[in-house]
Amino acid sequence: MSEIANTIFSPELAARFDKLVTIYPLRRSALVPMLLYAQDEVGYVSDAVIAEIAERIGLLELDVRNVLSYYSMLRTKPAGKYNVQVCTNISCMLRGGYEILDHCKHKLGIGHKETTSDGVFSLEEVECIGACCWAPAIQINYDFHDDLTPEKVDVLFQMYRDGQGKDVK
Amino acid sequence: MPDVKFTVDGKQLTAPAGTFLIEACKTNGIEVPAFCYYPGISLKAACRMCVVRIEKMPKLQTACTTPVSEGMVVQTETPEIAQARKATLQLLLGNHPLDCPVCDAGGECELQDMTFKYGAAESFYAEPKHHREEQKWSPVVYYDRPRCILCYRCISMCGEGMDVFALGIQARGSSSVIAPNVPAQMSPDDLAHVDCEQCGMCIDACPVGALTSGTYRYKTRPWEMNHVSTVCTHCGDGCKTTLGVRSTSDGSEIVRGDNRDKSGINNDFLCNKGRYAFDFANNETRITQPLVRQPNGELKPVSWETAFDHVGKKLRELRDTRGGKSIGVIGSNRTTNEEAYLLQKFARTVLGTNNIDHHRTADYVSFAQSLAGNTDRTASLRDTLTASAILLVGGDPTIQAPGTAWNIRTNVRNHRGRLYVANSAEIKLRRQAKSFLHLAPFGYSALASYFAGDAAAGSEAVGDTDALTTFREAIKAEENLLILIGSELRGKDLKKLIDFGLTLPGAKFALISDYANSRGAADMGLLPDLLPGYTPLAGNTTFAEYNTPAAPGLDMIEIFEAAERGDLSALYVVGSNPVSRYGIDPASLKDTFVVVQDMFLTETAVLADVILPAANLYEKSGSVTNSYGDLQLVSKAGDRAGVRTDFEMIVRIADKMGANMRELIPFGKGTRADMGQSRGVHSGEADRHAVWLAANNMEPKLSPFDPFAILDEIQRLVPGYNLLRLQLLSGNDQHLQPAASSNGLVQIGSRRDLVLPANDTLFTSGTLGRYSTMLSDLQHNESLRPPTGLTQIQPAAD
Ligand code: SF4
Ligand code: SF4
Ligand code: SF4
Ligand code: FES
Ligand code: FES
Repeated sequence: MSEIANTIFSPELAARFDKLVTIYPLRRSALVPMLLYAQDEVGYVSDAVIAEIAERIGLLELDVRNVLSYYSMLRTKPAGKYNVQVCTNISCMLRGGYEILDHCKHKLGIGHKETTSDGVFSLEEVECIGACCWAPAIQINYDFHDDLTPEKVDVLFQMYRDGQGKDVK
Repeated sequence: MPDVKFTVDGKQLTAPAGTFLIEACKTNGIEVPAFCYYPGISLKAACRMCVVRIEKMPKLQTACTTPVSEGMVVQTETPEIAQARKATLQLLLGNHPLDCPVCDAGGECELQDMTFKYGAAESFYAEPKHHREEQKWSPVVYYDRPRCILCYRCISMCGEGMDVFALGIQARGSSSVIAPNVPAQMSPDDLAHVDCEQCGMCIDACPVGALTSGTYRYKTRPWEMNHVSTVCTHCGDGCKTTLGVRSTSDGSEIVRGDNRDKSGINNDFLCNKGRYAFDFANNETRITQPLVRQPNGELKPVSWETAFDHVGKKLRELRDTRGGKSIGVIGSNRTTNEEAYLLQKFARTVLGTNNIDHHRTADYVSFAQSLAGNTDRTASLRDTLTASAILLVGGDPTIQAPGTAWNIRTNVRNHRGRLYVANSAEIKLRRQAKSFLHLAPFGYSALASYFAGDAAAGSEAVGDTDALTTFREAIKAEENLLILIGSELRGKDLKKLIDFGLTLPGAKFALISDYANSRGAADMGLLPDLLPGYTPLAGNTTFAEYNTPAAPGLDMIEIFEAAERGDLSALYVVGSNPVSRYGIDPASLKDTFVVVQDMFLTETAVLADVILPAANLYEKSGSVTNSYGDLQLVSKAGDRAGVRTDFEMIVRIADKMGANMRELIPFGKGTRADMGQSRGVHSGEADRHAVWLAANNMEPKLSPFDPFAILDEIQRLVPGYNLLRLQLLSGNDQHLQPAASSNGLVQIGSRRDLVLPANDTLFTSGTLGRYSTMLSDLQHNESLRPPTGLTQIQPAAD
């Protein structure tokens, strides 16, 4: 099952998946990590990703979709190059998280789970990202930016536009 | 398991250790509400409706997952519990629409009942309700998310119960939805669909109106129907079904098939055909007037009187001029036992012919003959649910006998039954099998020989003979094995397999056939060479009163060969379509007077000289016998102006032929000596039939149209049909044993193989099925399936 002839993943990731399904007492325990790694490589969880993961683990595609849909961090549509995740959970909310979110919406001209027409940014409202001590905080792809004000957000966006941000998803 | 004692609501109860509290309460008449719990499928503890207070436990406990234990003290209705349940309901109602006045489930809804009971009418939730559009997953399954209470029953029903796994749960919290296996983006019409067996079990299990059925939705309300308990007309399992009927301007119409009374041999189950395919009755091409062919070749509607006159006169004339031997009679797999019995009696005693047959879908003659002289060796459909071990040779119950497949799956899942499958195809039930033996194509004969001791035959049956040896040894080690046999095994092969099985202690047998009364048709003697109960023609005393010709008549094929030769003066076909089934050249019947009783202008009916519009199995009463030999009561549900039962038509034709009606049908008040069954030299003696009835505490029947008058005779004369009236009349099934006597049997080897399996798929049902709109829709739906099927529905075995 793990030997997939025409894998859609890079050789490295395919090799990693070959191993991953063998290290848990139950094969299906590999499902969530596989979805995450696949999303990092492909950018989102496509139908092809679902089909291959189902085949690798020996599940129905329906099972994969059931799990996938449970987690808001897994997406089934491509995000922008930079995915801006704004925390509005309690600490951030008290320290102006919603202002940051509104500012992002206004600046980028998009709403929750939307992508700018040039495909550079996408926006998401998320729950606590574990940066409460430096609230309000946002996460862009895998990088944290904290103790924010709308002005600092503008600087950040410019930085990313200028290609100085990390494009790691 | 040993019993434990415990107290519920102050009552001392006992139950076997390990019983769940909810079941123990139910057994003792204490109702604990439940949404997610459903007997026989896995536990969820998801809904929290079943909470109860158990002493010494800190919080309320879920009765559905708590096993009873010694000394347990339980309260099931206290203000605290009521409050907890009310809170649960308020949460569920937070997003539930106020749909009850239009919802299919209204009046039968578990959520509605609970809301009434716990008074959760007002809610603390001010948020707007979360609406979603209704989805049509297939022609028969619709999903309305706002009504769904996320109890998971449908998911388990489809997965564990059906072994289809077409439904899942997606998203999270109050946004969760039940999702079918074909997502919208993968479907040509951009709508989500379900790729599955379309059984409707998910709909059946849904406690609310979230899943609705394509045939029934928005048609009526539960209290506007009458509910008639009867038997499904489709496959040989004979599932008990409850038909919801409603009056129409020309009779009464069936609007729903369901299984709300779970006492039948099918337990919880109905398949798509039982649940939806009753609509053939309303097909617009149905014939509702007798038709007689005119000299110019046209079929003209005539009155019943004219039609019967014509048929009676012609049959009498042909019998008297060309002899009974020139007349052929073909009976049905879907008429009642009474009709089948009456038809062969009419053929033998009125027409004077043994040329009588039916479309055989399994070799019951060899089955009965192989088991002759043995008692308690046949299995009931109920046994498939409880047998500790089952051997399935041939057949594909998932498709041919879905009720059997359901019972087997439930057995394997809940009672740890061991299933052994030998088949030339990779049938779906192999997934439940402990051991699957993949036979070579047509390997059944070799397998039977191998089992019977011919070691050399093994290599013809399978490639890997070691596997075969292991398989046989595993079977031989089983006690009380249930041997289920597909129609592939016939004649000598069937006998060999049964002979082998008879060497295993406690082994029981069943032979799977294709239609509601396939077994009954054979049991009732719709056969050229055997009388009812597989009684030989020659030298029997049981049917002496028949006075039939002793020579065997023509079988199905021979009847048509005789027609071809011009030797068949008349052909009387009741509820059968041999012209299409057997590929008969229509020209061969040009010199034959053909009478057909049917619902539609089938390939056979269009050739007829007289067509008599018939009622179907849902429009009459009587009894049927399923593949296993389980006898059940058929009750009249639907009604259609302009049609008559086959029973009545046979009686009327016999009457028009001038037959002695009291000899044909034992009816009348049994107070006079010449009534009922007295014959020839016995005339003037006491009425044997009436005496027998009186001795058995029964009433003589008043009308010649009462099928129970014939049932009396069946019970009196047919070996093996010593049935229990009360069982039958109270709608219970009873298992009957074929009782072929071992002496004077026709040698199996000398008989021709006349078995023609129906080869129905999940969505076809012989000629009848072609007139069901819902089955056509399902076939069309099936043809749209993605080429890479998402579920593993297997094709029927060859
Ligand atoms: S109708 Fe389809 S989805 Fe529903 S239980 Fe049957 S197989 Fe499953
Ligand atoms: S559709 Fe019906 S059976 Fe399925 S989860 Fe919803 S309420 Fe339960
Ligand atoms: S399994 Fe057979 S008898 Fe039962 S509902 Fe289906 S077709 Fe009818
Ligand atoms: S609340 Fe925003 S990071 Fe924890
Ligand atoms: S029935 Fe017990 S939790 Fe649902």
